[in-house]
Amino acid sequence: MPTVTMTVNGRQVSGEAEPRTLLVQFLRDTLGLTGTHIGCDTSQCGTCVVHLDGLSVKSCTMLAVQAEGASVTTIEGLANGELHPMQAAFREHHGLQCGFCTPGMVMSAIDLVNHNPSPSEHDIREWLDGNICRCTGYHNIVKAIKAGAAAMAGGKR
Amino acid sequence: MTVQQGIGAPVRRKEDRRYLTGRGTYTDDISRPGQLHAVILRSPHAHARILKIDTADAARMPGVAAIFTGPDMAKDNVGGIPCGWLIKNKDDSPMVEPPHPALVVDRVRHVGDQVAVVIAEARNQARDAAEAIQVDYDVLPAAVDTAGATKSGAPQVWEQAKSNICFDWHLGDKAAVEAAFAKAHHVTKIDLVNNRLIPNAMEPRAVVAEYDRATGDYTVFTTSQNPHLIRLLMGAFVLHIPEHKLRVVAPDVGGGFGSKIYHYAEEAIVTWAAGKLGRPVKWTAERSEAFMSDAHGRDHVTHAELAMDQNGKFLALRVSTLANVGAYLSTFSTCVPTYLHATLLAGVYTTPAIYAEVKAVFTNTVPVDAYRGAGRPEATYLLERLVDKAAREMKIDRVELRRRNLIPRDAFPYQTPVALKYDSGDYQSTLDIALKTADWAGFEKRRAEAKARGRLRGIGISTYIEACGIAPSAVVGSLGARAGLYESAAIRVHPTGSVSVMTGTHSHGQGHETTFAQIVADTLGMPIENVEVVHGDSAKIPFGMGTYGSRSLAVGGSAIVKALDKIVKKSKRIAAHLLEASEADIEFKNGAFTVAGTDRSVPFGQVALTAYVPHNYPITELEPGLEETAFYDPLNFTYPGGCHICEVEVDPDTGVVEVKKFTAVDDIGRVINPMIVEGQVHGGLAQGIGQALYESCVYDKESGQILTGSYNDYTMPRADHLPSFDVATHNTMCTHNPLGSKGVGEVGAIGSPPAVINAVLDALGPVGVQDIEMPATPQRVWRAIQSAGAARAAE
Repeated sequence: MPTVTMTVNGRQVSGEAEPRTLLVQFLRDTLGLTGTHIGCDTSQCGTCVVHLDGLSVKSCTMLAVQAEGASVTTIEGLANGELHPMQAAFREHHGLQCGFCTPGMVMSAIDLVNHNPSPSEHDIREWLDGNICRCTGYHNIVKAIKAGAAAMAGGKR
Repeated sequence: MTVQQGIGAPVRRKEDRRYLTGRGTYTDDISRPGQLHAVILRSPHAHARILKIDTADAARMPGVAAIFTGPDMAKDNVGGIPCGWLIKNKDDSPMVEPPHPALVVDRVRHVGDQVAVVIAEARNQARDAAEAIQVDYDVLPAAVDTAGATKSGAPQVWEQAKSNICFDWHLGDKAAVEAAFAKAHHVTKIDLVNNRLIPNAMEPRAVVAEYDRATGDYTVFTTSQNPHLIRLLMGAFVLHIPEHKLRVVAPDVGGGFGSKIYHYAEEAIVTWAAGKLGRPVKWTAERSEAFMSDAHGRDHVTHAELAMDQNGKFLALRVSTLANVGAYLSTFSTCVPTYLHATLLAGVYTTPAIYAEVKAVFTNTVPVDAYRGAGRPEATYLLERLVDKAAREMKIDRVELRRRNLIPRDAFPYQTPVALKYDSGDYQSTLDIALKTADWAGFEKRRAEAKARGRLRGIGISTYIEACGIAPSAVVGSLGARAGLYESAAIRVHPTGSVSVMTGTHSHGQGHETTFAQIVADTLGMPIENVEVVHGDSAKIPFGMGTYGSRSLAVGGSAIVKALDKIVKKSKRIAAHLLEASEADIEFKNGAFTVAGTDRSVPFGQVALTAYVPHNYPITELEPGLEETAFYDPLNFTYPGGCHICEVEVDPDTGVVEVKKFTAVDDIGRVINPMIVEGQVHGGLAQGIGQALYESCVYDKESGQILTGSYNDYTMPRADHLPSFDVATHNTMCTHNPLGSKGVGEVGAIGSPPAVINAVLDALGPVGVQDIEMPATPQRVWRAIQSAGAARAAE
């Protein structure tokens, strides 16, 4: 079995992975980082979104071996003692209910704001096309991302 | 206590931090030492006899620990999956209740039916081996379509169910209805399909089971809305494990919407296999598996007729419904089209006579059971489409026609002709507020403005009621429920004054850990941080009936209030002893017990400590300790209601419908946390708009294959499908539970679908479209516009 080495949440890690192992399976099963979820098998739902070298990707849509040498950030790597401003905004604006889509939503939202620091409601709704939430009707997620964007612009990150 | 955390405050949720940091613990996140992985081999056919299953090659593949089929479970006397509600036919005979084995024995009855389970060291190994199992099928014709299944010559799903009828049930006074129709000025008739939906909670179902050889104890982690019910059903009826040897835990659960209420075959298969192999076993559904094994929702075909006098006053309603129950009876499947549907047919109206017939139909499809709203969206859709059609036919304004028939606000308690007694409501006010908020009066200007842009704009309304807070046990017992539907709570005050609240309800997004803590913190006068709500573990909680039917606050919250009452009562006796006063003179306020009219007081924390360190204690009169349990069985259902208004624009060139505005004004009784309430309404609206415009489970009517078997094919509402919502509440209190709360989980999904479709029809009326089915997809809308145009041209 090949060995894969990558940096995850700032730490270098390696582990064995069958060639068919998906990045999300490697994160969850090999590294025990279960904050990244699996909600579908067709790359539609976005519960598995992580950052790969700073860009959001669906970790069910690439093989673990493709991430060789890359830097991966998962939801577990965001909060640094205190919540990341986007995480805090989701809590403040009730942008989550069951929490299952939430890690992917937050990771995706941060990538949006990295590209577009002041997204409109329209921008946010278009961007979230690849992230499905069944609980919130998106109303409060949109509010949270707007607030999170403002906090990121005014804050440390 | 402070407004910031007590009842009525928008407290930010206690549970959020773990979800936001990726530290929630969902079932698939749990792995046990030595764990094996299960993969279920499922039927690729809708209906077939199994001639032979050859597992020999598969069993030799790497890592395979075991392969089991139906006969293996039958040999161990494993029972079938039970149905929780017995419905009787018109002649009082019982419904047809066919067997429901966890693994089939010799026949498969829907695509996805469980044929075998492969258990291996790794999931990929189990999957590879499952693919190597050879099954010889003799494929049979399938009954797929709801109405088609009852026609003569349709394939039989079960020999014992003639014409595939599970039951033929009715409710109401048929003679009174016929008499009213005989003297009616006008009768409006409608035929409707309530489209089949797939609940699609974002977390796929999963089970992890382990067996302790030393103690004989089973522990099962499962994605359930009610772990105690799973323990009861699986322990007593399926695997014959006594309840004290079976612990069922529903940890963090990623949404349910009804689909995780039921006891599923996979729970029994995995638990049984863990016992057999003496090692933990995990199974997690893939999404495509979920599409063909999670219970589906809705799927009604209905004909309804409304009789009116010359002023549009409703005289009588008759309804005839075919309800698809799928191939097997899921836990609550039979009560959904009957007692959760026909009993709601009065709606918010004074219709004096109602008669409903419901035939449940077996088909070669996945079992159908409760999905958010369950029966009540179907009733509401039927009524609100019918009322709009009646208004058009009678040439009476649709709001005015509703006003003429609303139950007056001074008529409560109001007994309907279909069994329910509404305790409170104010439908005129929710209607008025919604009309104003939505600027109903200014709509025609917006229609004209849209027309100038080439768009067809429409507005639609729905005034609805639901019955929830399920349920008064004696009432539902008399109607065929095989369990009581009360709720339990235990309050454990710890020696240093912090509190654990054990509730039998389960939170899978609803925020109970916060809402219930608000009630406790408010009552005991302590910071909310000192209150921990514990749910979802049969080893920690006395008993529970779980979360569904918007029951958690109205029933589970009421049990918490009852347990708190006991805590306060005992605490007062302890305080009276400490303060050397009479118990009758002790007042409890803001977390302190005070002798009335004095400044002598003792804080709650000191009373708690005294209860556990009883050195100075009325030991001859009172036991030490401070922990109380209460069971609450409601006296009636609760009756949320309200008014939803939807405004849409249709692009006539493409048929695309865009929701421009959505206004919901709901009466849900006492609100504990308005932030959570709004979130619940938003989510319900998204599912209701999803049903009206996007979602539909489509089967091939010949082969019984699910054509919408993935997120590529089944349209889940996405962020760019929906607007921001305008939601508000106007609340009358429930009169029979201590909180006054009615419930909020389902209102959004109940009131919204007819508001959307009525808006679409209002938009399409000017181009001659009279009817449209849900979901009103671009293709359907475009075709309706084309055929209406062709019909006009032909005239």
